[in-house]
Order: sequence, then C-alpha cells, then structure tokens
Amino acid sequence: MARIELKSLTHRYASSRKETSSFAIENLDISWEDGTANALLGPSGCGKTTLLNIISGLIRPTGGSVLFDGVEVNERPTRDRHIAQVFQFPVVYDTMTVFDNLAFPLRNQGIEGKTVNARVREIMEILELDTLANTKTRHLNPAEKQIVSLGRGIVRKDTVAVLLDEPLTVIDPVLKLDLRRKLKLVQQELRLTMIYVTHDQHEALTFADHVTIIRDGAIVQSATPEELFLYPRTPFVGYFIGSPGMNTIRCEKVSDRLKIVDSELELPDEIAHKASHLNGTIELGIRPEFVETSPDEKPNWNRFTVRMVDHAGAYQVLTLESGSLRIKARVEDHSSSREGDSLWINTPHDRTNVYEDGELVTL
Amino acid sequence: MRQRPWLFLLPTLVLMSISAFIPLIAVINYSLHTIFAGSTPDFVGLQNYADVMGDAQFRGALLRQLTFSLLALLVEIPLGVGIALCLPRKGGAVGLSLVLLGIPLLIPYNVVGIVWRLFTQSDIGVIPRILSVIGYDYNVSLNSTDAFLTILLVDVWHWTPLVVLLAYAGLQAIPQTFYQAAEVDGASAWKTFRYVTLPKLRSVLTLGLLIRFMDSFKVYSEPLLLTGGGPGNATTFMSLFVARKAEAYELGYAGASSIIYLYVVIVMSYLLFQFINRSQERGRP
Repeated sequence: MARIELKSLTHRYASSRKETSSFAIENLDISWEDGTANALLGPSGCGKTTLLNIISGLIRPTGGSVLFDGVEVNERPTRDRHIAQVFQFPVVYDTMTVFDNLAFPLRNQGIEGKTVNARVREIMEILELDTLANTKTRHLNPAEKQIVSLGRGIVRKDTVAVLLDEPLTVIDPVLKLDLRRKLKLVQQELRLTMIYVTHDQHEALTFADHVTIIRDGAIVQSATPEELFLYPRTPFVGYFIGSPGMNTIRCEKVSDRLKIVDSELELPDEIAHKASHLNGTIELGIRPEFVETSPDEKPNWNRFTVRMVDHAGAYQVLTLESGSLRIKARVEDHSSSREGDSLWINTPHDRTNVYEDGELVTL
Repeated sequence: MRQRPWLFLLPTLVLMSISAFIPLIAVINYSLHTIFAGSTPDFVGLQNYADVMGDAQFRGALLRQLTFSLLALLVEIPLGVGIALCLPRKGGAVGLSLVLLGIPLLIPYNVVGIVWRLFTQSDIGVIPRILSVIGYDYNVSLNSTDAFLTILLVDVWHWTPLVVLLAYAGLQAIPQTFYQAAEVDGASAWKTFRYVTLPKLRSVLTLGLLIRFMDSFKVYSEPLLLTGGGPGNATTFMSLFVARKAEAYELGYAGASSIIYLYVVIVMSYLLFQFINRSQERGRP
C-alpha cells in the first residue's frame, strides 16, 4: 500500500464546442495517507469518478501530477500502477468461477500455480467467499459480485490502493449494510489505502476516517466525519452533510448589532457579540439536531409556528416558521407537536457556526 | 369472457394458418400420395419417404447442404466478429461504415445471382481474369470445386455484413468498465477478448449463428442463377433438389423430401441451440 498524493491536478474534458471546454477538476491538491480509509463525497457530476480514473491511469490528467509514495506516476500505464478498482456496477468475468476470477490478475502476472492457489484461498477466507469458490460468478447476487471484484483488486500483494466508485449503488438495502461492514473490516485487517467515492453522505461518514468533499471539481473541505458535522467550512458542506442539512440563517448589521434579515427575532447575545466585528455577508449555521424546542415560553427563546411534521422513524423533523424565516429542527419521535402549534426555540451559541462571505469564522 | 384471450390471438392464428399451417398440411398430404397429372392421386403411405431416403441424389444433396452451411458458419461468424472489432466506435465514420457494410444486405437475391454470374463468367468475368494472373484456370461451369467455393464466397459476401451488424450492436452494448477492469487486472488483449468480449457477445452470436444456419440451409437463388446446380450436381443444394423434383411434377416425391428437409432444419437448429447453451454452462476458463 502507499500514500497517494495529487498535486495541482487539473482535468478538462475536450468539448465538441471549441470555446467551452469544461473543467472536471481544477487545481486540486490532496493526499491520502498509507493504510487509511478515505471517502470522496460530492454531488453527482462533481468530478469524483474522473478523479478515480486519473489515479488508476484510465484517464490522463491535462495538468498537475499524481504521486504514489512521493514518486510521480503520470506516465505510468494502468497495469503498472497496481491499483485495484471496484466499479459502480459489479464487474466480474461471468464465465469464470469465483476462484478463477480472483486468480485472474495473479495469473496475468505469470505467478506460479501454487502461489496463486494459496493467495486466492487466503483472500477468499478474508472475504468469506470460501463456500462460493467453484460457483460461476454470473450466478452470484450483486453484493457477492462486488465482493469478488474487490477480491480481484486486493489479491495482488503489490496493490497500491483500492479505489471504490459508488460500489453500493446497485446493492439491496439489506445487503448494503453487510457489504459496507465487510469493506471496513477488510480495510482494517489488511491496512489498505482505500478511496471510496460516493454521493451518499451516510456511506462516506460511516466508512471513512477522513472525508473529502468536492464540488464542481474543487475541494470544499477535507476532514474527519466529526469535524465535517460540527464545523462545516461552508454552508454548502453544512447542508450537504447531515439529514436534514444545516439551517442557514442570513443576517445583517443594523447600527452595529447583528440582526436576522427580515425578522424581528432576537439573536442570543453571545452570537450577536461574536459576530460584531465582522463586515462581510454573515450567515449563521445551526444543525437541526442542535435546535432546542419547548412547548412552553422561556426567557430569551423565540416563538415559532410548526408548519410541517415529518416522521422519520426514530425522530421527527419539524419545519418551523417565524415571519419569513424557516428553520428545521430534529426532535425525538415522541414529541407531540402538530402543524399550527407554537413552539419556543433556542439556538445554543456554542452549536451555532458563523459564516462570513461563505467561509466559517473561527472565533 | 374466458374466450377473450383467444379472440385477441385470432388474427395471428388466422395469418399463421394461411402462411404456414395450411401449406404445411398440403405438402404433407402431397407427400403421402403419388400424383400424376390429370388422374386422381393414389395414396401410397410412407412409400415416398422410403424412396427419398434411399435416393443417393437426395443424400448427396443433404450432405452437400450440411457441408455448405457448416463452412458458411465457420467463415462468416469469425469474419463478422473480426470486422465488427475493427469498425470505429464513435464519430462520423460509424454511420458511413455501417451503410457501406449494409449494402450487400439490400441487394435482392436475383440481382446478387446475376451480378456474380457476370463476375464469374469464364470469358468476361473479373474473377477468372484475376485468377489467371496467378496461373489458376478458374471455371465455374466445368470445375465442381470452383463452383462450390464460388457459391460459398457469394454467401459470405452477401451475409457476413449481417453478422457484422449483430456483433457490432453487441460490442456497443458492453459497458466500458469491463474493459477498464481488465486493464486494471493486467489482462492481455487476447484474454480481454476471450473473457470479456466473447462472453458478452454470446447472445447476439447465438442469434446470428441460428439465423445464418437456417438461411444458409435454404440457399436457392445463388446456385440457380450462377451455376444452375452444376457442374453435375456440385451445387445442387437441398432447396434446388426439391424444386427440381417439383418442376418435374413429382409432387409426392418433392413433398416427402420437403418434409424431411424441414425436419432436418428444425432438428439441426435445435441441436445447435442446445450445443451453444451447453457450452455456455461448461465454459471453464
């Protein structure tokens, strides 16, 4: 396994119209440490798959460099990069058995039969595929096929990294959990450098130690799942991570005091004070989980009306309104709020992030 | 109300009766009689079938037919796949190459026969001219091998494009990720073809194989127009044989040989289909 680095990476797809060649990735710097589980998270079409294909050498970047353990590999062909890639739709060799699928990359390297046999058995045991060794892969379910294609990647001892491109897309919900658990287990057991691409925040946050969020081909934030949740660097990250996403409240300064735009509501003093020295466009971000609610009036809390109640199993999402301001709160399922009720709301200042011109302000 | 499904099926059943069942029953009826012009047909049971089976000419035509179809498949399928692999996958050249390849398919049988007759005519034909350069004395009307191979060549020229189109459609349907995976796995070009392309083409090739088998088994107008079934019986294939008998007004005999002919086509197609399915089940890498 190896440390993977991308330096000032740029990729532009040739467009049929001359003037508008579109950037898929622009001036990207990122590094993934050896033996870590990483995720690349971003909305569809943000350049994630392009990035993976650049690492594996299936696409040559138009600028910048790809480094494995500090060595530039831009010119190295795919087969010599020793990258394992698991694609969105399971790719297996249908006519072969599970065993032969796993043995295929080794046989291609001309490794002798005995060694191939031993290594394949070892990997099958780790992936719990032993009982399927002699089954033709076309008889497997999609989850099993994905495991086989993962196995084909990690069977080579010289594998540098495992790239997973939305590998759970076509998997049944029930099997998804199992497959994700297995991926994580294999990653930890073999100390693999894994890069997991997805647009599903849940998959990314539960799988990876380190998550990189990209938008329009550029990195927005790269951090641990906890950091992303608590301190999203931009309102976009705050909204993209979490279910439902972070509430963003636009503010303005009126005679040196911070006020919510178009609202009579009072901001807690701590927050108003925190932001008093800022001059740009100011937004407050608070996660629905941290919005405190009370059916009874409390001093310094603001009154909202419940507009919508969405049941999500273990919790409810309340859409609350006060004038033109709308926020969401996530509350326990036994909360008895109904549409039209009044609720008293508090936004704890230590849970509220302040953004100036779209960037998190560390106070 | 229970009859309603049948009501919907009725038009199809009527059409099929007219186009297939009724002629088939008529032919079976012929095959059980000896018919002379002007007299009432004599019922002879299976005598015609026994005669046909004992006829060396019939057996010769059948053997020739099987050889022809087998050779046609052996040439057309690999050649078709090969050409499809060489075709461009995107860009303006795709349409052009497909149209050019499709031209032979658009030409009516009798035109094909006449054009190739001109090509092969020993005095003015382009093929004898070319072959004479390398010292080969080509003559379809005298040399049986020349005649047989020429009909085969015409069939290959005429029908390989169909295999190309099928294979090309099949190739286009293979997701790119399979090739990317093979590249990541370090597979050679041959192994990629063997384990990715070929298995993914299997269903279209099965279709192509069956269509081409049944069609080549019915080859008629090419030998009729080009060689007239000769020299001798060198290019008298099954349909030509049956037609000759019918033209000679041996309707009972022609009927019996038609039914045997049909039977052979069905059985062979079934066996071929089974063989392909079976080999798919085995197919150990």
